[in-house]
Amino acid sequence: MIEARNIEKSFGGHHVLKNASCLFEKGKTNLIIGQSGSGKTVLMKCLVGLFEVDKGKIFYDDRDFTTMNFEQRKTLRREIGMLFQGGALFDSMNVEQNVMFPLNMFTTKSLKEKQERVNFVLHRVNLENVNSLMPSELSGGMRKRVAIARAIAMNPQYLFCDEPNSGLDPQTSGVIDHLIREITQEYNITTIVNTHDMNSVLSIGDRVVFILNGELWWKGNMETILHTDNPELNKFVFGTELTSRLKQ
Amino acid sequence: MLMKRVFTRPQKRVIFTNQLLTEINNLGVDSLGIVAFISMFMGAVVAIQTAYNIDNPLIPMSMVGFTTRQSIILEFSPTVISLILAGKVGSRIASEIGTMRVTEQIDALEIMGVNSANYLIFPKIIASILINPVLIIFSMWLGILGGWIAMTASGLVSTNDFVRGIRVDFEGYTIFYALTKTVVFAFIISSVSGFFGYETKGGALEVGQASTKAVVFSSVIIILFNLILTQLLLT
Repeated sequence: MIEARNIEKSFGGHHVLKNASCLFEKGKTNLIIGQSGSGKTVLMKCLVGLFEVDKGKIFYDDRDFTTMNFEQRKTLRREIGMLFQGGALFDSMNVEQNVMFPLNMFTTKSLKEKQERVNFVLHRVNLENVNSLMPSELSGGMRKRVAIARAIAMNPQYLFCDEPNSGLDPQTSGVIDHLIREITQEYNITTIVNTHDMNSVLSIGDRVVFILNGELWWKGNMETILHTDNPELNKFVFGTELTSRLKQ
Repeated sequence: MLMKRVFTRPQKRVIFTNQLLTEINNLGVDSLGIVAFISMFMGAVVAIQTAYNIDNPLIPMSMVGFTTRQSIILEFSPTVISLILAGKVGSRIASEIGTMRVTEQIDALEIMGVNSANYLIFPKIIASILINPVLIIFSMWLGILGGWIAMTASGLVSTNDFVRGIRVDFEGYTIFYALTKTVVFAFIISSVSGFFGYETKGGALEVGQASTKAVVFSSVIIILFNLILTQLLLT
């Protein structure tokens, strides 16, 4: 479980997050949705410590992340996996080396054990015989799946996904979404997904928070989001031609 | 602040050693060709210019070998080659780390709990400090060889005169002076370039700007330290 309490963040006088509080539950896919520039990426980066919050507290299962020093954060981060928008695979390493990287850095496993783990997580994300390929040789969807494999290689307790569907076709997006949900339930981890894809919201949104101009505007789930009377949220949810026609 | 994070103990010695060897190859061995080419030709030019300027019959032709040796060892190899390495190696370091920054690879390292500054910059600094003196000694040798080839091929100075000039009044301290400068310059090139790469924000355009800044700042600092070190070590 991850909890953000009254967090605020500004850049050069521009308030990006305003008194945001939310709870992300274990074993569920928690979605942060909002328009581009609404502050959802900043919220996620504050949660993982890539940005320091100006005010407020962040708790990882009652451990106060905001008061931790560099070394304590380093230790906690071994329990965190993150899927970045572009995958963020290391260009100089092949698929196997990318997935094996955290195992090399933080475990004392033998090469055979590490290779077994790499093959297991690659199989888990439905990738076979790609170990020797370089990131530049992979498609967008494969890159995301390798990034998920790397993120789960260390059996994380917390999984963060920053716009996992960006740049992917709807079918591949669906595969990635379901993979994230399956992994969340299978390993009982706290997953936070940052997205503005309504397909993701309706298929994996166990819990959904809507951010507007840096403020938490609405909380609910994939069922309640379709029946809300919140005008700003309705504008976001039914903002496309397809969704507005479906509503009619 | 960044340097404080760079100069910490590597998280895993085996990984650091592998990275160090990779960087020695990338930053040093890959530079051998350009260093050899420039050193040979510059040595030849220095020798030809010296020979061209000696028109007094009282000055022995061995002076060409002496002047070539001194120019190459004291200034050309440690300073000019370091400036060339600032361009080649500095831009490589800054663009490599800068690209990792803008494609979130550095964020990925941080999220995993890796000290990214130490992981990315420290091996490059140590590799530069270890390999640059080797490159500079190689450059000195080739520079003098280039001078000898130019003199014997053109017939301006005989091999005997040139070699006598190279050997006359040799002081080992000049090598110490040159290598001290080299080590300082190697540190400047790798740390300044690492800093500009690591602090890149934005996209491809900013990576290019970081790379340019790394080369310019490294070169300026090298020139300043060249004066300071020469003042300290030779006077």
